[in-house]
Amino acid sequence: MEFFIQLLNGIQYGLLLFLLASGLTLIFGIMGVLNLAHGSFYMVGAYLAYWLARQTGNMWLAIPLELAIVFIIGLILESTLYARLYHRDHLHQVLLSFGLILIFEELRSIFFGDDVHGVPVPESLKHSIPLTSTLSYPVYRLFISATCLAVAGAMYLVIQKTKIGMTIRAGSTNREMVQSLGINIKLVYRWVFAFGVTLAAFAGMIAAPVSSVYPGMGSQILIICFVVVVIGGIGSIKGAMVAALMIGIVDTLGQVLLPEFSGVAVYLLMAAVLLWRPQGLFKVA
Amino acid sequence: MTVRGLSARGLTKVFGGLTAVNNVSLDLSSGTVHAVIGPNGAGKTTLINMLSGDLAPTAGSIQFDGRDIVGYSSDQRSRMGLGRTYQKTNIFGSFTALENCRLAAQSREAHALSIWRSTRAYPSLEREAERALAAVGLEQRAKAIAGTLSHGEQRQLDIAMSLATRPQVLLLDEPLSGMGADESASMVGLLRGLAKDHAVLLVEHDMDAVFALAEVLTVMVNGCVLASGTRDQIRASDEVQRAYLGSAEARGG
Amino acid sequence: MLVLGAMCIALVPLTGATFYIQLVSKIMILAIFAMSLDLLVGCVGLVSLGHAAFFGVAGYLIAFLSPKYQAASFWLTLPAVLMISAALACLIGLLVLRTSGIYFIMVTLAFGQMLYYLFHDTKLGGGSDGIYLYVKPELSIAGSKVVDLEKPLQFFYFVFAIMLGVYFLLRRILVSPFGHALAGLRVNEQRMRSLGFPPFPYKLGAFVLAGVLAGLAGYLSACQFGFVNPEILSWHYSATVLMMLILGGAGRLYGAILGAFAYVLLQELLASQALLGSLAKHWQLGMGVSVVLIVLLLPSGLASLFDHFGRPRLAQSGG
Repeated sequence: MEFFIQLLNGIQYGLLLFLLASGLTLIFGIMGVLNLAHGSFYMVGAYLAYWLARQTGNMWLAIPLELAIVFIIGLILESTLYARLYHRDHLHQVLLSFGLILIFEELRSIFFGDDVHGVPVPESLKHSIPLTSTLSYPVYRLFISATCLAVAGAMYLVIQKTKIGMTIRAGSTNREMVQSLGINIKLVYRWVFAFGVTLAAFAGMIAAPVSSVYPGMGSQILIICFVVVVIGGIGSIKGAMVAALMIGIVDTLGQVLLPEFSGVAVYLLMAAVLLWRPQGLFKVA
Repeated sequence: MTVRGLSARGLTKVFGGLTAVNNVSLDLSSGTVHAVIGPNGAGKTTLINMLSGDLAPTAGSIQFDGRDIVGYSSDQRSRMGLGRTYQKTNIFGSFTALENCRLAAQSREAHALSIWRSTRAYPSLEREAERALAAVGLEQRAKAIAGTLSHGEQRQLDIAMSLATRPQVLLLDEPLSGMGADESASMVGLLRGLAKDHAVLLVEHDMDAVFALAEVLTVMVNGCVLASGTRDQIRASDEVQRAYLGSAEARGG
Repeated sequence: MLVLGAMCIALVPLTGATFYIQLVSKIMILAIFAMSLDLLVGCVGLVSLGHAAFFGVAGYLIAFLSPKYQAASFWLTLPAVLMISAALACLIGLLVLRTSGIYFIMVTLAFGQMLYYLFHDTKLGGGSDGIYLYVKPELSIAGSKVVDLEKPLQFFYFVFAIMLGVYFLLRRILVSPFGHALAGLRVNEQRMRSLGFPPFPYKLGAFVLAGVLAGLAGYLSACQFGFVNPEILSWHYSATVLMMLILGGAGRLYGAILGAFAYVLLQELLASQALLGSLAKHWQLGMGVSVVLIVLLLPSGLASLFDHFGRPRLAQSGG
């Protein structure tokens, strides 16, 4: 039963990683931009959840408000900064987004200090489901998993079935062609970027009651996301899902079974995948 | 120097659902120019990319020197004696013309991984580079920065770099593109000279040059071979006239 | 220009202030580190975000190899550290060089973090607290001490000489056949392949060399501070050195030196209580803004301002 609970935790963590990694892989797959600041948006989401929950006292009100704020930040950053770097080296993109990480971290330090803060679980999701006489599982964790699955499903439908999704898929393989069809690729990029970072912030927000908010939380999760994207194959949403679940389970079980080496376990998994398939499990042609 | 041949059988390349090259076979032999012509999108560049190893074919075989080389990477094929140029000029713009050729020649030398002495300290590289430049008539421009050469000279340098690797087969993708009449004429002269001791595959849109140089032609349309034969056979073919040459000449090609 | 710059550095000790001697020593060590990364980034076009791993591991190695209260021999420990760095770089290079472009960035970062967590989470090197190197290695020839690394001034000139050595070594390598092939691979890998160059051994050679030189810098840094902790392995540190490169100008070697000076001085400025008062605490904010501005406005770095003094860079762009 203990194992079952850890497995559920692993799946929940994996699904959360998927939300983050899918945003990262979308932005890279479509725009060719490596956004190191992706983890910062996770942090921004978590801290906004902490702040808005205290201001409004109501998480359900905080969620839409926060998504709107992050989306607008995304639009602004894309149009003022990232849009200038599409034709430049990856080196420049890496450094620009590293600069943003420093800025976000320091703003966080100025506004919220360097302490760890807990974020309350919403009243309506506070109870636990009893599994045995001594063990129970919190409903909120199930809520996280369900939400992530719902977002994943919605993304799948949008990308596979709608016209916007088709444009996005076409844009990732052939930019000129999309442009020649009369679609404003710049606008597509802007919205994809804003959407991708909003996904990251959303992940941070729903994770906040479980993980608390703390300095450096963005960088830590960013690296794990990279591992997910590398294993899954850059640009592949499906790959992100498979790899995120793998990593979530390996990491969670690793912390229970081999606590000293759990930090290393996911990287060893990555090394193994790299040896076997350098382009990741699901390579996008 | 004995020159070996290259022969391809049933080469096919499918991108996604699109068949770019469909069941193409051809033979290149020493001392001849084999031209591949056809409208844009006929799959000519894809064909060259498969021969050179830049692309892996979906189906088909390629024989060189009696060996099947389909599984070989482009650098392995180059070291076996396959040289190529690209549609776009691919020179190193901030190196001098001589340095470009010296770099190319280096891939044939055992001390290519040498890290200590300057490239200038290897007379064999220097000689090889000078020989390649002379072969294309650029010896006067050896010290010029490649990026400052004229378009025609850059195309010549591109070929010289391939020559510096001492290839037996040359795969040339539109060597005359973007050239004026004078430049074209001197390039045709250069290619005719090269054809003497190389097997040359020439993809080209300039029909005057093609018919001046090639003894054997393959006409491709939509990835398939429409016709293949000697210069006179192709010129006489009604089918080719209708499908391609007629319209090309009408366009002033 | 370069002679002038070298002379300026050599004259720093005349200020007589130990603070400046130590600061510039630190900068010169970072300059060696940045030059080693420039070999990858500027010369081969491989953007590594895990380069600090070699710097950090070398620092730990010298700490491990030194007896607790005695000086280790410089002549034994340095080759050992460099050799292990080379082996590590070879091992990691074999894996990460199977990838390219953006994959390479992410994979190097992930491997760097793997080593970071190895030192951070396990007791191997004192966990997150790090370990001390109580006595610096002893550099002696025939039983007599030639350079006393414990003395800031001698250490300064020792590092200065090594920095110049590394600079000239790399300069030399860049004009060798190997260096030219690297430059070619950076500009146009496809063309290089069609000319018969297999990219992998060249890249691996550069990766190992860069790892060894980063190890050299890590060794010196551990000697200077007498202390190592996992932070020197972290990807933030790798990114910081990348920042020095872009600040100074990648692909020029002297840009790496210039960048190391510019970065540390900028950091000192932004963190200076005297100048900025309470804002100095938040120097990272200023650093972040500076980085963003430099990427946008001066992408070729400070060295590009001096470009007309020298010969154009090799292989900056394809034809």
